[in-house]
Amino acid sequence: MPRLKINGVEVEVEPGTTVLEAARFLGMPIPTLCHDDGLTPYGACRLCVVEVANGNRGKLLAACTLPAEDGLEIETHSARVERARQLLLELYVATSPQSKTIQDLASRYGVRQARFAPEFEDCIQCGKCVRICQEQMVAGAIGFAYRGPRRKVMSPFRAQSEICRHCGACLYICPVCELRCHGAQPETTLCSGCLNFAPACLAYHDHAMCFLDPCVACELAGPLRQDLLWPGANPRDRESKGDRP
Amino acid sequence: MTRLESLQDLETFRQACLASRDSRRTCVTVCAGSGCTAAGAQDVLRSLRRNIEQRGLNGQIEVKSTGCHGFCERGPVMLIWPEGTFYNKVAASDAKDILSGLVNGRRPVERLLYKDPRTGERVVREDDVPFYRYQHRVLFRNNGRIDPKAIEDYLSVGGYLALPKVLVGMTPEEVVDWVKRSGLRGRGGAGFPTGVKWEACRKNPARPKYIICNADEGDPGAFMDRSLLEGNPHSVLEGMLIGAFAMGASEGYIYVRAEYPLAVEHLRVAIQQAEELGLLGENILGSGMSFRIHLVQGAGAFVCGEETALIASLEGRVGEPLPRPPYPVQKGLWGKPTVINNVKTWASVPVIINRGPEWYAAIGTERSKGTMVFSLVGKINNTGLVEVPMGITLRRMIYEIGGGIPKGKKLKGVQIGGPSGGCIPASLVELPIDYEELTKAGSMMGSGGMVVMDDDTCMVDVARYFMEFLEEESCGKCFPCRKGTQRLKQILTRICRGQGTEDDLLLLEELSWTIKETSLCGLGQTAPNPVLTTLRYFRDEYLAHVRDRRCPAKVCKELITYRIEPTLCDGCHACVQVCTTEAILGEKKSVHSIDDAKCIRCGACLEVCQPKAIEVS
Repeated sequence: MPRLKINGVEVEVEPGTTVLEAARFLGMPIPTLCHDDGLTPYGACRLCVVEVANGNRGKLLAACTLPAEDGLEIETHSARVERARQLLLELYVATSPQSKTIQDLASRYGVRQARFAPEFEDCIQCGKCVRICQEQMVAGAIGFAYRGPRRKVMSPFRAQSEICRHCGACLYICPVCELRCHGAQPETTLCSGCLNFAPACLAYHDHAMCFLDPCVACELAGPLRQDLLWPGANPRDRESKGDRP
Repeated sequence: MTRLESLQDLETFRQACLASRDSRRTCVTVCAGSGCTAAGAQDVLRSLRRNIEQRGLNGQIEVKSTGCHGFCERGPVMLIWPEGTFYNKVAASDAKDILSGLVNGRRPVERLLYKDPRTGERVVREDDVPFYRYQHRVLFRNNGRIDPKAIEDYLSVGGYLALPKVLVGMTPEEVVDWVKRSGLRGRGGAGFPTGVKWEACRKNPARPKYIICNADEGDPGAFMDRSLLEGNPHSVLEGMLIGAFAMGASEGYIYVRAEYPLAVEHLRVAIQQAEELGLLGENILGSGMSFRIHLVQGAGAFVCGEETALIASLEGRVGEPLPRPPYPVQKGLWGKPTVINNVKTWASVPVIINRGPEWYAAIGTERSKGTMVFSLVGKINNTGLVEVPMGITLRRMIYEIGGGIPKGKKLKGVQIGGPSGGCIPASLVELPIDYEELTKAGSMMGSGGMVVMDDDTCMVDVARYFMEFLEEESCGKCFPCRKGTQRLKQILTRICRGQGTEDDLLLLEELSWTIKETSLCGLGQTAPNPVLTTLRYFRDEYLAHVRDRRCPAKVCKELITYRIEPTLCDGCHACVQVCTTEAILGEKKSVHSIDDAKCIRCGACLEVCQPKAIEVS
């Protein structure tokens, strides 16, 4: 059985285990958007990249597809990894600002700036829907079409698929469709709502739109983070001055 | 053709081929590679054949169409054997004079000889042409001699000599050892030691094993693999046969671009001939070894040159890369051990077997052995294919082989290694070209594309162009490569339009770094190279764009203005006639002016202005 070290902790796993599974077994979280336990590893979101501390240090490797081999020493949260993850999340937020999953991850990993113009593209092409349709629902009604910037998920020839049973598995598993964060608007790509004491969505709605799930941003940076309070950032202040963003 | 049943049969057949070829007989070999064909080589061939017919010289003078000779700039080119006289820029109408020259005392036709631009003297033999003098042609040595569609030609220049040597006198381990000792590294670009890869495959107990020839050459401006396949397909087949013997593979695939119809045709003919002779198939030459080669055409995706994407494409899936490990030598085509090598790597193998690993390892530098083929293109006098020993300096490459920069312009930089290579600045002109040095300079060997740029080139624009290519060709599977290249292009476009800031340069660097670190396959991991190297070597040019809103090379249209110098304008009206947007005002014989709002900076007026009154600033 392969023995490896993750963040200095030794662990012995069954052959065929991935580094991501081994890390989760130890309770060490590795963020991912394209991995799901019931689906074959895909390695497309690249958020789960880790650093191999011994051996090939040339590049970061995706934990979800990296087999746990004997003698591996893995760093899941080294400075190099964190730096890469932060920029990836900045890109994700700009691609799909209204995904609460992504906003939460961005908040947890300390993304404090949004330098890319938001695109509201929504689909991040994690391929979860394609895989769940194929592997769990045994339908294969949707797939990827085109290449590069035009690549998208669709049914063959854009027609209503005859094999689709409308089971909704694709909707269920999508990290973007569920839990819409209404806080992010064109001028405020990043939610960072709780840095302003209250979720940014409160400026637009009567109640927080993130109530479905405790907002990570809120949990991590509640009233305790007064140090990060932006002057005039509190939506209630803004409302009183009458200059809504 | 009758099937050859033993090694003895092959030797007998070779002797018969040699006997039917009188080495003293006059033979004209005309390059019919794609470059020369575009310049009219087929007309030259037809004209030569017709003239020979008319003069009744059949049987005395033989005419052959061959693969690429390399000197594409001077095409159509031809060689006269046995002397090796080199003619360039031949037209169909020259056929008469060429034949007259051959009949009357074999005097070369003066005007068709290459004229050395530095000395002004005519050069007779190919080897004395400066373009060829500094080359070391190992893979391309026979391109100018043989008809790629005739296996007899390949046999008579020593082809299929390495195969019997291996079958009879060597064990597979010895072959792997020879390839290891030769120091041959993957010519597809990454430079992984070929022998090490072969050994890993050889030791893998799984069966069957596959070998693949990667001929999905997709870099803009690169045509080495195409020319080798068009000109000498049997050398690749022989290399694959030896590889199959060494690794115990039973089946081979050649994955070639569908955009290379001539290469596909020549390969098809070569495979058919080899099969008829029993060099491919069951029980090859009575040795008990069986090996088949299948020809597969790619569907035009750049990313399918990446090995795991290539395998996916071969299996009929979408050509998208898979994570490694497992590497193809562990689990490749249909889950079986697979070795993928580039065309040039396979073609190097027979040479190593014939001449020995020590001979091969003596060429090149300490860690990069042998020769490398580059396609020399861009702002250079001698465009073409050059095969040089590793470690040659950029200076020799550009100024001696390439003949320098046209129109007396200055060298600015060289893009080496295709779209995801890097720009090497003119200040590094003494850089020896090998795997390590190029990587150190921020570029890479790649498949050997070499685009030369002069000082009319805007480096920000160059980076933007390559990003546009890579954005388009990224398969889109992994997020950093798909979105990252899009964002890089966006930022670069912004800078080219004069809307960039200094923060953009930092963002470019940070984003490039992240794409390199986190991408799934080689395409993404090298995609930011053009941005990073141009930022590293031409930062002041970026700064001019973002700080002063100025394009020093006068390329970026939003940052330049056209104006007419009143003291020079003679009112000839030529510019008004070519201007498509009616941006130039003024009556005939009076001083003209340009309406900046209408001007689209197309440069048409610049070309027609005789007194050079139009200034770009």
